Amino acid sequence: MEVKDKIRAFIVKNMSVWEDDIVLADTDNIFEKGFVNSLFAMQLLNFAEQEFNITIENSEIDIANFSSVSNMEQLVTRKLLLLHAR
Amino acid sequence: MKGKTIKCLVWDLDNTLWNGTLLESEEVTLKDRVVEVIRELDEKGIVHSIASKNSYEDAMTRLKHFGIDQYFLYPEIHWNAKSASINNIRKQLNIGIDAIAFIDDQPFEREEVNSVFPEVYCLDAAEYGQLAHYDCFNPPQVTEDARRRRKMYQEEIQRKEEEENFQGPSDSFLAGLNMELYITSATVHDLARAEELTLRTNQLNATGKTYSYAELEQILTSPDHLLWVCEFKDKFGSYGKIGLVLLHISAHNWHLEMMLYSCRVMSRGIGTVMLNYILEQARSRGKTMTAGFRDTGRNRMMYMAFKMGGFTETGQQRGDCSLLSHSLENIRQNPTYIKILTQY
Repeated sequence: MEVKDKIRAFIVKNMSVWEDDIVLADTDNIFEKGFVNSLFAMQLLNFAEQEFNITIENSEIDIANFSSVSNMEQLVTRKLLLLHAR
Repeated sequence: MKGKTIKCLVWDLDNTLWNGTLLESEEVTLKDRVVEVIRELDEKGIVHSIASKNSYEDAMTRLKHFGIDQYFLYPEIHWNAKSASINNIRKQLNIGIDAIAFIDDQPFEREEVNSVFPEVYCLDAAEYGQLAHYDCFNPPQVTEDARRRRKMYQEEIQRKEEEENFQGPSDSFLAGLNMELYITSATVHDLARAEELTLRTNQLNATGKTYSYAELEQILTSPDHLLWVCEFKDKFGSYGKIGLVLLHISAHNWHLEMMLYSCRVMSRGIGTVMLNYILEQARSRGKTMTAGFRDTGRNRMMYMAFKMGGFTETGQQRGDCSLLSHSLENIRQNPTYIKILTQY
């Protein structure tokens, strides 16, 4: 699975809505849409660190980085590139 | 002897809680005065559990027969390693591994546990009669919340069962819980519990600082500080006093010197609710808002709560904490299914 798909799958699995037909666009702000709460941000952080074997610094803990599938993907991809560049 | 307070004592059964081996004979007898020891610790807010290699049914039948089954939370009775049992108990109670003590007559079992978890405080069964005198089983203050601790865990087990069996949207489950958060000014009667909260809360304390009773007493009389306590209730009962807010007030600014809340209410999003409430209050009083955060290695969750709540780093320090500030624009709405009641 691609980075994006893994992140999306994790978010969808943990969404607090019960509609069958909810569509989560890559750029949807998951907090503003009420899909997830901020406790979930912590779970998302733990998931990303474990799944992709990266360490996210405090300075990268920013609502923008965690607010959508795309932004989270960008953060993770950036971290992975840095890792491989070493 | 460790300086830390034990939150849970895990008991072996055969030749520790009772004389004899259950597999060999049902005629086991309780150790002399062991029930008194259990009750005494229970009343101090130390909960009990079991790690025993036995048949679950048989052992529980014996405990019921003795009339003491209700004292043991999440008993682990099977033939797996006791280190695994203790880890399961730790997860269920949501406490640190260093807050667990384990009592067993067999050196092998104690060593097995310590080989996996050196932080667990292992005791020889022969010591059971003395436990109530040990420092680690004597919290500095025994509060109302401590006395109710086992009951609160048992209410929590009921909650989880109902939540797991609930069919439908989680929002309507939450709405049906009748959740209420009481935010009140601390009085002198709250200080013992407030001290206890700062001692017991490691993961959800923004600065990691603990406060003694005397320090809290001083804060209470300080005109420059506000100290709030939060109690949380739902239809199953009260979680007790689970949160603490300490604000330093100056002419134009509110500084959040300390915010902490118990792990037990984390899954209900209470941290966010408390934080949003503080922000709204600062805004309505025309103040600016800052907060202190100190990385203790265990409290990243609080940093997350601040950042997701809209705080940003200022790059400055205040004491040994990094200083965050909030613009007080775009404060997120609290969920409607939690009612906030205030008195101060």
